Amino acid sequence: MIDQLLTLIWTMTKIMIIILPVTIAVAYYTYFERKVLGYMHSRRGPNRVGPLGLLQPFADVFKMLFKELIVPTNANKFLFLLAPLLSLAPALAAWAVVPFDDWLVLADVDAGLLLILALTSMGVYGILLGGWASNSKYALIGGLRAAAQTVSYEIAMGFALVGVIVLAGTLNLTAIVEAQSGNIFTWYWLPLLPLFVIYFVSGVAETNRAPFDVAEGESEIVAGFHVEYSGAGFAVFFLAEYANMILISALASLLFMGGWLSPFSGIPVVGDTFLGEGGVHWFLLKTAVFCFLFLWFRATFPRYRYDQIMRLGWKVFIPITIVWIMVAGVFRVMGWFGG
Amino acid sequence: MPIIEILFYLFSGVLVLSALSVITVGNPIHAALFLILSFFSAACIWMLLQAEFLAITLVLVYVGAVMVLFLFVVMMLDVHVASVREGFARYLPAGVLVALAMAVQLFLVIWTRGMETMPMPAGEGDEYSHTSMIGELLYSEYLYAFEIAAVVLLVAIIAAIALTHRRRPETKHQDPARQVRVKRDERLRVVKMKSEGEEA
Repeated sequence: MIDQLLTLIWTMTKIMIIILPVTIAVAYYTYFERKVLGYMHSRRGPNRVGPLGLLQPFADVFKMLFKELIVPTNANKFLFLLAPLLSLAPALAAWAVVPFDDWLVLADVDAGLLLILALTSMGVYGILLGGWASNSKYALIGGLRAAAQTVSYEIAMGFALVGVIVLAGTLNLTAIVEAQSGNIFTWYWLPLLPLFVIYFVSGVAETNRAPFDVAEGESEIVAGFHVEYSGAGFAVFFLAEYANMILISALASLLFMGGWLSPFSGIPVVGDTFLGEGGVHWFLLKTAVFCFLFLWFRATFPRYRYDQIMRLGWKVFIPITIVWIMVAGVFRVMGWFGG
Repeated sequence: MPIIEILFYLFSGVLVLSALSVITVGNPIHAALFLILSFFSAACIWMLLQAEFLAITLVLVYVGAVMVLFLFVVMMLDVHVASVREGFARYLPAGVLVALAMAVQLFLVIWTRGMETMPMPAGEGDEYSHTSMIGELLYSEYLYAFEIAAVVLLVAIIAAIALTHRRRPETKHQDPARQVRVKRDERLRVVKMKSEGEEA
């Protein structure tokens, strides 16, 4: 019994070691977003709170927390308060199986990729229930849009991951990264290029980010599913959205970009120096690049119309993924890439 | 292993209570949410048995996809609980008959197998992969059953689309390929005319 308690406490400590940096990363991701959008719009972004505005995220958090949490009339109070937590919990729980380096992973489980798929597919409940429990037309429409969009793009996303599984021959994330080792051209972005693109675009759609942000759609339905939320409830929804974006970026770098492997490994001269060694820093760098792509998309593309989103998901992405899974099977049988 | 037993009774308790709540609560959305909770508890119990593939697949398919669509539809419906209850007395005999038939069937199934207490299955060790074991069994020993099930599902999908799909000429359907290919001459007509000032 004591042993099990100690294991529990040790696991809790490890969870905190992962969750705290993720939360701080989320805080600074919002700062990064405002700075990037600012410079893309020829503005300066936040620069008042602290040097270079670096304390802005904390100012935002305290402002949110001290605001009143208003529960709308006739709203389902329990579900209204539960919904933000339902959207945040899967986004954080999925980090349990993400390997940061070949030894640095909380739970090196056999079906890690499947677990991540299952957890990310549960994130939509927070949005759907938040929209329903608010007792508001706009929130309900936003929640329904989010549900339809997530379910549609989940299929394309799952199929894109099937391609990775076919080539790697395993569901374990550490093993998937190790199967890509070699040089930058044996990473799966090259043999699975269409799946890579589809995975990332579906990830943008799954997190309801621009140009797929019809669930919020401020020009049509005010703020969508979180229109009735204020204070801490809104902050938790916000936290969940950004945590999901970082998770999608981390997964894209693990599954298609070789995770912690160095892009210089396998290159004759440079690869033999310290640059050729893999490590956590490469993984964080790749994740940061994908995080930047999210913001770049937001600053660049106009919003998709709802029927165009559905068309892209069902009629374009899903057929391409089905074809490319077969191509990946051919690669596997011929032994061209890994395996 | 006390912690595993505590967790087992916790999850089974939640499972039974939520399954009961599915049929007792009035609000259809709450019923759907309790159904999700019971799926999730069942997945947790499977996870305790180290059947991680089945557990995660249950969550992925039923919690992550099927129930989202279910909730989606239930939220769109405008269910008046009072009007649904009106026919309760009228449908009661038929309902009791169906319930009795199902109870008898369940009883017969359990009776032939017998109610035994199963011992806790032994763990298979860290290196044992349920996922690849299930894969190997499905694609070797049970290949025909697996493929037939897949074909049946495919037929069901196509049938569902064929039954509900109808052409609706009144909708303003857009063809993106045509929209992209459009030429200037199809949309724009340049008209030569005198300016109004010259006539006066």
